[in-house]
Amino acid sequence: MENKNTVREIRLEQLFPEVINKKMNEWRFVQMCACRTPDGYELSYSFCKYYDMETLRLVIGTDDAISSITQVYPCAAIQENEAAELFGVKIENMSVDYHGKLIRIDKETPFKEKG
Amino acid sequence: MAKRSVVPFGPQHPVLPEPIHLDLVLEDETVVEAIPSIGFVHRGLEKLVEKKDFKQYVYIAERICGICSCGHGMGYCESIEHMMGIEVPRRAQYLRTIWQEMSRMHSHLLWLGLLADAMGFESLFMEAWRLREKILDMFDLTTGGRIIFSVNCVGGCLKDMDSAMLKAISDTMETLYEDMRPMAKTFLNDFTVQSRLKGLGVMDRQTALMTGAVGPMLRASGEPYDARLLGYAAYNDLDVQPVTETDGDSYARCKVRIKELFQTANLIREAISKIPEGDIAVPVKGNPDGEYFMRIEQPRGEAIYYTKGNGTKNLDRFRLRTPTTSNIPPMVEMLKGCQLADVPILILTIDPCISCTER
Amino acid sequence: MKKNVSKSPWLLHYDASSCNGCDIEVLDCLTPRYDLERFGIINTGDPFQADILLITGGVNSQTGPVVKQLYSQMPDPKVVVAVGICACTGGVFKECYNIKGGIDTVIPVDVYVPGCAARPESIIDGVLKALKILDEKTEAMNGK
Repeated sequence: MENKNTVREIRLEQLFPEVINKKMNEWRFVQMCACRTPDGYELSYSFCKYYDMETLRLVIGTDDAISSITQVYPCAAIQENEAAELFGVKIENMSVDYHGKLIRIDKETPFKEKG
Repeated sequence: MAKRSVVPFGPQHPVLPEPIHLDLVLEDETVVEAIPSIGFVHRGLEKLVEKKDFKQYVYIAERICGICSCGHGMGYCESIEHMMGIEVPRRAQYLRTIWQEMSRMHSHLLWLGLLADAMGFESLFMEAWRLREKILDMFDLTTGGRIIFSVNCVGGCLKDMDSAMLKAISDTMETLYEDMRPMAKTFLNDFTVQSRLKGLGVMDRQTALMTGAVGPMLRASGEPYDARLLGYAAYNDLDVQPVTETDGDSYARCKVRIKELFQTANLIREAISKIPEGDIAVPVKGNPDGEYFMRIEQPRGEAIYYTKGNGTKNLDRFRLRTPTTSNIPPMVEMLKGCQLADVPILILTIDPCISCTER
Repeated sequence: MKKNVSKSPWLLHYDASSCNGCDIEVLDCLTPRYDLERFGIINTGDPFQADILLITGGVNSQTGPVVKQLYSQMPDPKVVVAVGICACTGGVFKECYNIKGGIDTVIPVDVYVPGCAARPESIIDGVLKALKILDEKTEAMNGK
């Protein structure tokens, strides 16, 4: 069956309008993941509708703060907390904020450095 | 004025096989709020991509979870193959499908046994696991391992099944189909089971979609979404119909999984009758460069495998979004308003796999 | 009464960061094909009533305190069986940032059962060896 599976790059100020647009069109939130780059982070927010999948790609610097999408999609809380705890991404206004104690590991932000 | 108290649930509990901790805020005996606390099974294995090369990493990906082991190996390999543009031989795709569908059957039978045990129905637990042994015998015959068998590799499969093995599997599926009938009928028609499960944890279609439910949880609320219809591996040749119910309560979720057991037995026989001859693997040259999001249908729901390569033999990132990660927010929603005694049953109806969630 | 403990020991099973493979093989030992109950062994959920502790999976920073607490809640004499290669040495995850090693980094282990996943036959073998050690510990306690 033909289905879309695309990645689209957006800018920081477009994040909230795009997410609200997805909610209005009944896309379901599927996953959020972070990847470390030499200058910062690459965040991917994926949404699905029926069998199509679209990922919004956001590239930010190491110390940039972004707003949480939990006001629009409350189910994103666990995945955002995980990105904040393991990678050190600064996410503000999470509806359920574990303050870095979701997984309670000994090592601080283990994915921030390589090796 | 009702009194509020906080009861800690887990991590060691007689009913749940895996450690998960929940802080339940109670008003008398009704749960008002549930705050999950995970991290007991966190091994941090996603960071191992930096140390192991992408072909060796399959062995680690398979050990994320013992029950969904075959699916994880397959999802990881498919993601890398799509990224590198590798064309897997048709026979290998059929072999992967047969092993994955047998994995689905053994997972559902395991879950059925655990749910029956949680309700005190111990003889059904023994019967379900006795039938499951026949599937584990098939795994042993074809791969040499019972639970964790490494048959997936980047480029195809490591082992082949000859016609005697395929006939043995087909015959086992036929006897299992008949043997499972009385067990399913007993479970679904039992008065105690119905009175404990019907009306418990009701979720309508809109809430299920927006809170992120996947798999049998979503299909029991009426949404016919099954990632097998995307057509990966050999599924575009097989007749897969999503099994749905409309009630959205725990009884509907049980019915969906039990019906899927019978559907899967037929799918395996169909795949065996259609499997073509040919190679089982192609050589892999070069290193992965690029990224890919792969979706497959695990027994618990849709799982997403994200791999990102940078041209070296170590991947940049491997991320697995498991079905249970997505099912925890709807579970927390469902727990609001239920009685304390129903909490273990509700948690079991989402079929949690905590070792997958925490990796 | 202490002489007959090894004729009907009660088992406590705990999963400390295991992938679940060894856990379902442990539960498999209780099912009709590999029946552990013919040795008089019952799977209990209560640490205060258990004689044998079956642990799967390696130790990470969250489960270390839980394992120690379970061990201290069990009454003497008791034996610990580490099932699976992850419980013995940390297994394939030894180099992960969150895994400290096998179970013997926090509590003393009596029997090691390797395997990934450990087969039910080896688990039963391990449990029967643990029963002999339980007998010896009981003799030592009575002899005092």
